[in-house]
Amino acid sequence: MDRCFTSFIYLIAFGLIATLLWVLSDVVIHGFAMVSWDFIFSEPLDSGRSGGIFPILVATVWILLVALAVSVPIGLAVAVWLSEYTRQDTSLAQTIRVVLDVLAGVPSIVYGLFGNAFFCVFLGFGYSVLSGGLTLACMILPVFIRTCELGLRLVNNDWRRGALALGMTRAATAWQVIIPAAAPAIVAGLVLGIGRATAETAALIFTSGYVDRQPESILDSGRALAVHVYDLSMNITGGDAAAYGSALILLMLIILFNACAQTLTDYWVAKRSA
Amino acid sequence: MLNLSSTEQALKVRGQGLDRLVQGLLLVSALFCAGLLLLILGFLLSESLPVLVDGRWRQFFTLEGWYPLEQLFGLAPMLLASLLLGLGALLLALPLGLCSALFIEYYAPYVLAKSFHWLINLLAGIPSVVFGLWGLTQLVPILNKIEPPGASLLAGILVLALMIIPTVTLTSLAALRAQPKSIMTGAIALGMRRFSRVALIMVPAAWKGIIAGGLLALARALGETMAVIMVAGNVVQFPDNLMAPVRAMTANIALEMAYAMDFHRAGLFVSGFLLTLLVIIVAWIAAQLTKSANV
Repeated sequence: MDRCFTSFIYLIAFGLIATLLWVLSDVVIHGFAMVSWDFIFSEPLDSGRSGGIFPILVATVWILLVALAVSVPIGLAVAVWLSEYTRQDTSLAQTIRVVLDVLAGVPSIVYGLFGNAFFCVFLGFGYSVLSGGLTLACMILPVFIRTCELGLRLVNNDWRRGALALGMTRAATAWQVIIPAAAPAIVAGLVLGIGRATAETAALIFTSGYVDRQPESILDSGRALAVHVYDLSMNITGGDAAAYGSALILLMLIILFNACAQTLTDYWVAKRSA
Repeated sequence: MLNLSSTEQALKVRGQGLDRLVQGLLLVSALFCAGLLLLILGFLLSESLPVLVDGRWRQFFTLEGWYPLEQLFGLAPMLLASLLLGLGALLLALPLGLCSALFIEYYAPYVLAKSFHWLINLLAGIPSVVFGLWGLTQLVPILNKIEPPGASLLAGILVLALMIIPTVTLTSLAALRAQPKSIMTGAIALGMRRFSRVALIMVPAAWKGIIAGGLLALARALGETMAVIMVAGNVVQFPDNLMAPVRAMTANIALEMAYAMDFHRAGLFVSGFLLTLLVIIVAWIAAQLTKSANV
């Protein structure tokens, strides 16, 4: 019985490993044939069946920059407020935490609906990099705040007491002591947010739009990389090869971001416990 | 780290007034977050309003089909499809995820456990379009050979299960690790075998956390759009078997939003609102379970 169960567990674990390797190798093998410098730096031709993905990469970066420019200052402010300016058990802080949890659980397609109704139509930004970026900002805000707050909270209380003894104001303590001390955790949260935003498709289809040329301004429509993969594989017959190429680039970016976040967190935890 | 001269400066130049100002600004940002949720719910509701006020919302549950051109909007088949996809995926992912958590915590040698954990983390980060692409080009053709068309409820369940296994694994692992060490050492002292220690002691002790993790994964599966669009077939119907193509609510929104007008658009917003409620309820149950597990 005992041995049976052990082999059963091993069987499942190796089955999962095999499936995962199947998914990854599928993308890597099919994608590798497409990816080259030329693919990265040229314009898509024939609806993306041939040519490259350069305008799509540019649009992706623009959307990310808009999302970060909005979510980082607000997110950091909320995290500092939650960890430094209020007690954990006040009803306002508790309410904000529940709200953040709910926001983190809202499906991305619903963010897409909201973004379309609010940013595109109500505020009149239309299908644009700006609308897409703002929608993504709303989406990554809860995750970013959670990671930051956790990081700030883990800063040793002696540092706060020290700052208090020196007569520093709370704002100065937060800005000059706590935030620098928690910087790796904040950056890890940031990278995590970037990873989530890069992987996102559903929230962008009807906020940043579908156009596969390079956006000329922030109010111009642009297609994100994940949307490109979706469009090529679903709507364009014969687009599979290019879809795999774009998927490989997307996958490499995501793995890079996640590895950075993981390394930073590990480094930071090691430094804390040392 | 602590810069003394600038600290003195902070003392002299920035007084309590600035501190108050900063505190106010931070509070405003916190309130902004709370406002964001109200804004999202408010916009979903106000966009759904045309259908809600004229009583058409009853159709959502009574009609059996979704015919936007005839202004007939029956959500029931898609609601059912979403639930079947989510529950099916959970049914597969819960045992598999729990087993892989047991593998990491109790069975695998250190190096293997570390690399398996790393792999699971990697799996958690893979974008849903990549899973969808794999499902579309690898899984669906295989299922197609068994019974056409291949793009089906089963394909959706398999891809979703693969996507939520990491969540289940990581939350189960956290639940197992949260148990007091004494339970395990006690079981060892009683001379129990590894199977009995793990399956009869640890898993029952941690069950609340494990189920809560499963519910969080279910919430994710219910809200997933891209993978489901790409592999589940997108036919609006009540599925009569596992190989029947279905259209989930999320997929419906993504497919029709681009050209929906007036009542049709309002109908899509209603389905978005319903979806959000569904996900919030599932997440709330999970939170209650976690809370009672920690007491």
